[in-house]
Amino acid sequence: MKIHEYQAKEILRQYGVPTPRGSVCFSVDEAIAVAQQLSGSAWVVKAQIHAGGRGQGGGVKVANSVQDVGTLAGKILGMQLVTHQTNADGQLVRRLLIEEGVQIAKEYYVGMVIDRSKQCVVLMASSEGGMEIEAVATHSPEKIHKVWINPSSGLIDAEVDAVARHIGIPNAALAQARACLQGLYRAFVEKDVMLAEINPLVLTMDQNLLALDAKINFDSNALFRHPEIVTLRDLDEENPAEIEASEFGLSYISLDGNIGCLVNGAGLAMATMDIIKLYGGMPANFLDVGGGASKEKVTEAFKLMLRNPNLRAILVNIFGGIMKCDVIAEGVVAAAREVHLKVPLVVRLEGTNVDLGKEILAESGLPIISAGDMADAAAKVVAAAKGE
Amino acid sequence: MSILINKDTKVMTQGMTGKVGQFHTLHCKNYANGANCFVAGVTPGKAGQSYEGIPIFNSVMEARAQTGATVSVIYVPPPYAAAAIDEAVEAGLELVICITEGIPVHDMLRTRYKMQGKKTLLIGPNCPGLITPDEIKIGIMPGHIHRKGRIGVVSRSGTLTYEAVWQLTELGFGQSSCVGIGGDPINGMKHLSIMKLFNDDPETDAVVMVGEIGGSDEEECARWIKSNMQKPVVGFIAGITAPPGKRMGHAGAIISGGQGGAEDKLAVMEECGIHITRNPAEMGKMMKHVLKG
Repeated sequence: MKIHEYQAKEILRQYGVPTPRGSVCFSVDEAIAVAQQLSGSAWVVKAQIHAGGRGQGGGVKVANSVQDVGTLAGKILGMQLVTHQTNADGQLVRRLLIEEGVQIAKEYYVGMVIDRSKQCVVLMASSEGGMEIEAVATHSPEKIHKVWINPSSGLIDAEVDAVARHIGIPNAALAQARACLQGLYRAFVEKDVMLAEINPLVLTMDQNLLALDAKINFDSNALFRHPEIVTLRDLDEENPAEIEASEFGLSYISLDGNIGCLVNGAGLAMATMDIIKLYGGMPANFLDVGGGASKEKVTEAFKLMLRNPNLRAILVNIFGGIMKCDVIAEGVVAAAREVHLKVPLVVRLEGTNVDLGKEILAESGLPIISAGDMADAAAKVVAAAKGE
Repeated sequence: MSILINKDTKVMTQGMTGKVGQFHTLHCKNYANGANCFVAGVTPGKAGQSYEGIPIFNSVMEARAQTGATVSVIYVPPPYAAAAIDEAVEAGLELVICITEGIPVHDMLRTRYKMQGKKTLLIGPNCPGLITPDEIKIGIMPGHIHRKGRIGVVSRSGTLTYEAVWQLTELGFGQSSCVGIGGDPINGMKHLSIMKLFNDDPETDAVVMVGEIGGSDEEECARWIKSNMQKPVVGFIAGITAPPGKRMGHAGAIISGGQGGAEDKLAVMEECGIHITRNPAEMGKMMKHVLKG
C-alpha cells in the first residue's frame, strides 16, 4: 500500500527523523494560510500524488512570496500531472504539501528495502541524492553503500557511522545521521514497511540533516495490525477497477491490450498473458480469480473486464484442481448471460471434471469457443480479437 | 525414490480443525498411502478430539512425541502462521510445509532468522505443497493429474505447476516428486535447494523448473546448474508481459528497481544450459524433445 509524501513524513517525524516544517492543503486559501503561518522567505509547493518524478513533471515549485505560493498552488491543484510513473493522461492533483524553503548544502540518498536472497532488511545509501536509485545502480553502482541489518541487533551506531562517512556526511552531523537512519529502521520494522526512501536526505547550510522527500510503501498483508495506516489510504490514487476487484477477492491489474483474461492462479494468469502475446495478441488485464471462484466472483470478473472500452475478446483459462471445471463452467455460463456478453469468449478448461465442464459450455447455447490446450486457446482468442 | 517425502513419511497438520485444513487433510489422507501418513493434527485447546480418525494434540511437541510425526503441513491463518512455523522448528521437525498465503513479510523475516542454524527445512509459505505420486501428497494440489515417474518438477506457482505436471503426464512422463516452493518474497527452500536434491536423486532423470518474475532465485539456481547439474533441466518463466512495479497476484511476483524481469531470467537460464521455452503450452513438449534428442 502506498501513501503520500506528507503522510510518510508524518510517520518519519514520529520516529525522530527531522523534516522541513509544512502542512498538507486542499485549496489555494489553505496553501496561503499555511505559507503565512510558516513565515520565512521561500516556500516549496509540492503536488501530492503517489507516482514519482513529480518535480520533472512540473508538480514541485519554489515560491518566493506568499502571493507566489497562491499562484503556484492554483496552477498545480487540479492539474493532470504526467510523470514517468503515471500513464499518458497523468494523475489529477488534489492535495498539496506546502513547506518551508531549505538552504541545501548537499543531497544524499537513503533507502530501505527487503533483500529477498539475504532475507533481511537492507539499508542503501548514496552520495548521489535526488537521483533515482535505479539510475545510480546502473551508472555508478560503486556509489551505493549497503548494510544488511541483523534483525536481532537492529541498525547499530557503528554501521550508521560507517555509512555516513562513506557517503560524505560530515562528522558534525553524525548524531543526526544516527537519529535519521535508526528512526527510519524502527519505522520500517514496526510499521511493516516494504520500501522506504528518503531522497534526498539533505544537509542544510547550517549543518542539519532533513528528510526533504519521503516515500513509504507498506506490506498489504500486514494491514490487519495497522488500522492507523489503513486510514492513510487514498483511493483517488488507485485504479478504480483494481479497488473493486480487491473487494471481491479478485486480483486484477489493467494493461494496455485488448484481450481480457480470466485465470485461476497468479502464475497461470501471467503465463496466459504471455502466451497471448506469443501468439500475436496483447492482454488487456491480469486477473486471478483465486482458488474458490464462485459464480458471483466470475460474474464480477466479467464485469470488470467489460468496463474496458478496448476489449475485443475474452479468454478464460482454468486449471481445475480443487476448483472443479463443472462449477467454473456453470459460473462462466451464468456470468456470460448476466452481462449479455457481446465480445467473443474462448474457454479452455482442464483438470477435475473437465468433460462435465465442457458439456455445460456446449449445452449453454452461448457462442462460446472451446479450446483444447493453452496454445489452441491463445491462437483462437487472438484470431477472435482480430475479428477473424 | 523421491525427494523429501515418501510413503513412509509421518505428517501432522497444524490448523487441521479449520475449514481449509479439514478439507485438504481429508484429500491428502485419501491419496495413495495417505491413511498411514497423516497421523496427527495440532490445534491448541482441542487435544483429545479427532478428525476423520486423526488424533488432535495441543502442541507440535506433543504430536511429535505421541505419533512420531517429523513433518508438518500448516493451514493456520496468516496472522498466526509464522508462529506456527516457529513452533514446528522449535519442536525439531525435519520438514515444514506452509500452505498459508498472506503472511506479513516481516513475520517471515523474523521466522527465517530464528531458523538459522536449525535443521528444519521449510517449503513455502504461499505454496501448493509437494507430492510424490502414488505415495504421498502433502498440500492442495489435485492428486489425479500426477503419475509416478522420473521427472522432477519445481515451481513458485500453484496452477501453473499443475499445468506443467499435466503436460508431462499427457505425454507419458511421470514425476518423481513435484515441489511448489511458493510465491512469497521471503520463503524457505528455493529452486536451488530443490534442484540439488533432484540432482542427487537416482530416480529423477530430468527436471522441469518453473519460475516467475521477481527476485533472483532462478538466476542463482541457473548458475549452480551450469557447473553442477548432471541432468537436463527444462525451464519456463511466467511474466514476460508483466509491467514493472506491479505485484502480479503473488506477493513476490514484482519487477522492482529494474530487477526480476522475465527476459533477464530467461537469458541467464539459457546461458547456463537450461532448455528454456517461452511457450507455457510447451513445457512438456520441450522435455520430450530434450529426452528423445
